[in-house]
Amino acid sequence: MKILILGAGQVGSSAAYHLSREEANEVTVVDRSAEVLRELQDRLDIRTVVGHAAYPDVLDRAGANDADIIVALTDTDETNMVACQVAYTLFKTPTKIARIRSAEYMNARKLFTQEAIPVDVRISPEQLVCEYIEQLILYPGALQVLDFANGRVRLVGARADRGGLLVDQEIATLKEHIPNTEGRIAAIYRDGKAMQPDGDTVIREGDEIFFVAARQDVRVFMSEMRKLDDPVRRVVIAGGGNIGVRLALALEQTNQVKIIERNTERARAISEKLNKAIVLVGDAADEELLLEENIDNVDVFCALTNAEEANILSAMLAKRLGAHKVMALINRPSYSDLVEAGSIDIAISPQQVTIGSLLAHVRRGDVVKVHSLRRGAAEAIEAVAHGSEDESKVVGRKLEDIDVPRGTNIIAVVRGDKVIIAHHDTVIQTDDHVILFMTDRRKIDKLEKLFQVGVSFI
Amino acid sequence: MNRLVVQRILGLLLMMFSVTMVPPIVVDLIYKENSWVPFIESFGLTLFIGLLLWYPVRDSRKDLRLRDGFLVVALFWVGLGMAGALPLYLTDVPVMSFTDAVFESVSGLTTTGATVLSGLDTLPKAILYYRQQMQWLGGMGIIVLAVAVLPMLGVGGMQLLRAETPGPVKDSKLTPRITETAKALWYVYFAFTLACLVGYKLAGMDFFDALCHAYSTVAIGGFSTHDLSIGYFNSATIDLVAIVFMFIAGINFSLHFFAWRNVSIKHYLKDPEAKAYGFMLLMVSAVVIITLAYLKTYSNPADSFINGLFQAVSIATTTGFTTANYAAWPGAIPVLLIFASFVGGCAGSTAGGIKVIRFLLIAKQGLREIIRLVHPNAEIPVKLGQDAVPFRVVDAVWGFFSVYIVVFGFMLLAMMATGLDQVTAFSAVAATLNNLGPGLGEVAAGFMTIGDPAKWIAILGMLLGRLEIFTLLVLITPTFWRH
Repeated sequence: MKILILGAGQVGSSAAYHLSREEANEVTVVDRSAEVLRELQDRLDIRTVVGHAAYPDVLDRAGANDADIIVALTDTDETNMVACQVAYTLFKTPTKIARIRSAEYMNARKLFTQEAIPVDVRISPEQLVCEYIEQLILYPGALQVLDFANGRVRLVGARADRGGLLVDQEIATLKEHIPNTEGRIAAIYRDGKAMQPDGDTVIREGDEIFFVAARQDVRVFMSEMRKLDDPVRRVVIAGGGNIGVRLALALEQTNQVKIIERNTERARAISEKLNKAIVLVGDAADEELLLEENIDNVDVFCALTNAEEANILSAMLAKRLGAHKVMALINRPSYSDLVEAGSIDIAISPQQVTIGSLLAHVRRGDVVKVHSLRRGAAEAIEAVAHGSEDESKVVGRKLEDIDVPRGTNIIAVVRGDKVIIAHHDTVIQTDDHVILFMTDRRKIDKLEKLFQVGVSFI
Repeated sequence: MNRLVVQRILGLLLMMFSVTMVPPIVVDLIYKENSWVPFIESFGLTLFIGLLLWYPVRDSRKDLRLRDGFLVVALFWVGLGMAGALPLYLTDVPVMSFTDAVFESVSGLTTTGATVLSGLDTLPKAILYYRQQMQWLGGMGIIVLAVAVLPMLGVGGMQLLRAETPGPVKDSKLTPRITETAKALWYVYFAFTLACLVGYKLAGMDFFDALCHAYSTVAIGGFSTHDLSIGYFNSATIDLVAIVFMFIAGINFSLHFFAWRNVSIKHYLKDPEAKAYGFMLLMVSAVVIITLAYLKTYSNPADSFINGLFQAVSIATTTGFTTANYAAWPGAIPVLLIFASFVGGCAGSTAGGIKVIRFLLIAKQGLREIIRLVHPNAEIPVKLGQDAVPFRVVDAVWGFFSVYIVVFGFMLLAMMATGLDQVTAFSAVAATLNNLGPGLGEVAAGFMTIGDPAKWIAILGMLLGRLEIFTLLVLITPTFWRH
């Protein structure tokens, strides 16, 4: 797949990283800064082109002529939209993905048609990150909550804790604990290493567990892993940027939200936007301010400023001052590794949240959704099974007969509105949405082939 | 520094190189001259050493860093020179000392084309073929080949390629994937070799000679299967075929790639370096031809033309084929030709020398200083075509140029210290550092008469020239080894 990435910012670079390490992709990155590109090319096997991302001759030089996908990720919405339009008009690029930040454009759905602005897929990292945090707040105790089949199925990551009913017991006892709830453990990570979950695997304290369940059953399942935290009521957000304000808007009706912003003018502007949330002017790492606002009673503290170092420090401070749970927005994977083990409960990586929505379009076969997990080492995928029994390698087969690569489990099947948690004798039908969990992403091409309607099979 | 990865890749490369000893065996089977034994021995030995290096560390999968790239390339070229010398050292006909064998092998692989062998016409075909094949492999670069066929190098491939490709700007990739880029380069190279082979065959060579000379022509090597080089054939048609392909091989292969993919020659005409290269060859040829005709060196003007053109293109591109004893030509011609070899071919070609683009940039800098004298407040960028050249590149060019001159000076002194006269020493250093081949004075026909110390200096010169000095030089700096 020939992929053209416009903009080598944080999202662009990480997209280039994730996409270029797959053998089948040929990635070209366009940016205005030669310096940034040189650094990127030192690390990745990609081609780089210096120039303005929307100019026809720059796109031409970058090989837009035979590109399969163009991903516009520059920091200006307008450049991204124009780039897609240029690619569509001059180069007939089949798939055009653009990052659109401002909600004003996003909400005008009619704008994005082939006749007007031909953007096939719009990605708003801010919105994705915001939704991601919302889910985490909705399920206290979860490290990750990922939606499949429009939210019918959820894959939840959580750390096993002493209070969980299943801890120190075999997985097989799950059925006795909660006989009427269907669910399945998709993967277990112990000391950072993936384990293949079997019926007789014993869950230990500290294990990172991914389980899949229908939306309404997630809470019950969660109680098996750890003592259920109380629902979140008080939320403090540090940083009144795009993500912070979006999150505040989303939460202010149901929770008590406070948002801390350093810049007075910006604080006034967001206070006008928000209805119930309280806007505080000040430094999020100011101990006095935090104590004054009763940080020790806060359920969740989210550090969401642009500066990741500041996020880490203010989150650590908040934790020490008594906030129950702290999250920090961290771009660098190495920082996430550093802090997640100890002082910060959840490190949110915008790239990882965003990359999944790109990967879904790069995958061969009909892949609806991809979530990148564990810094890109693992992946959860929702793919649609197509074709008749003769053409497909999955349709009409029992799960135990399907030849999935090692480290990959089929964890659930969604048939129309029905959620079927995978059993060894579940038979896949045409148009089923199959949800898989891969602990080793490198086997991806084998998996892709599985879901392609094979001509060789006829 | 990541010793294990370096060792693993070195092992892999050596194993790959050992395979290139097989074709000479086939050649020997065809001509039945019974000289396949040294090749099978060298094949086995090289494979074994490669295996020995690779096997214990086959699982170290770390990425190659920039520094490791330099180390791999430098070590590999040294190892390659040794491994390539094995068949020559082991064979009975001709009898070669260790120094001679290494000299011949390095001269082949670096596409220099200087030889210590005489009586080529009587040597076994397998040996002759092997020498030419070494040039062909060295031309586009064995490491480029390795990057093309060993996909497991990954990003590391880029570090290797960067250390091996000639030219001041090394970041331009033809395709997003480094393996694809390397493959594309080899496809183009292969296509030219084939075309050159057909050209020579049609011009009257027999198949063996056509293949052998096609190898050394597109590689800008200069080895021949005859003592008289191309002059042996005494055919203007063959001379012309050689001129055309030497000219083509001296142009940046990226341009060839774009021309091939877009089916147009517009890229050549737009490229400032290619234009300067053509212009330079034209000027040098004109001066040589006119001088030859004016001084009536040849009674026939047509001879002046073809010989003058051939020598000018052959020496200026650093090939080193000859049709005449140019060292005996009158006036400043011999020295002019040697000077032209300093410029060499374009960056990214198979030619040696300092490269046209560097001279172009240096000339433009000089011009800028002159303009500055007249307009002291003017902001004058150095431009190539439409694009301003980054300061880093211009700086690097100056650095390279000065180091080249300094290295040249030291090697000249060393050569003279071994007892060579000044003309011989000067031309011997130029012929090796520029990967040219034949020099003047004592080394006009070959390097057989000079002593062993001088030969080792020449070997060093050829390696320095092929790897554009810095790749080797960086290894002897303390910074490189500091952790």
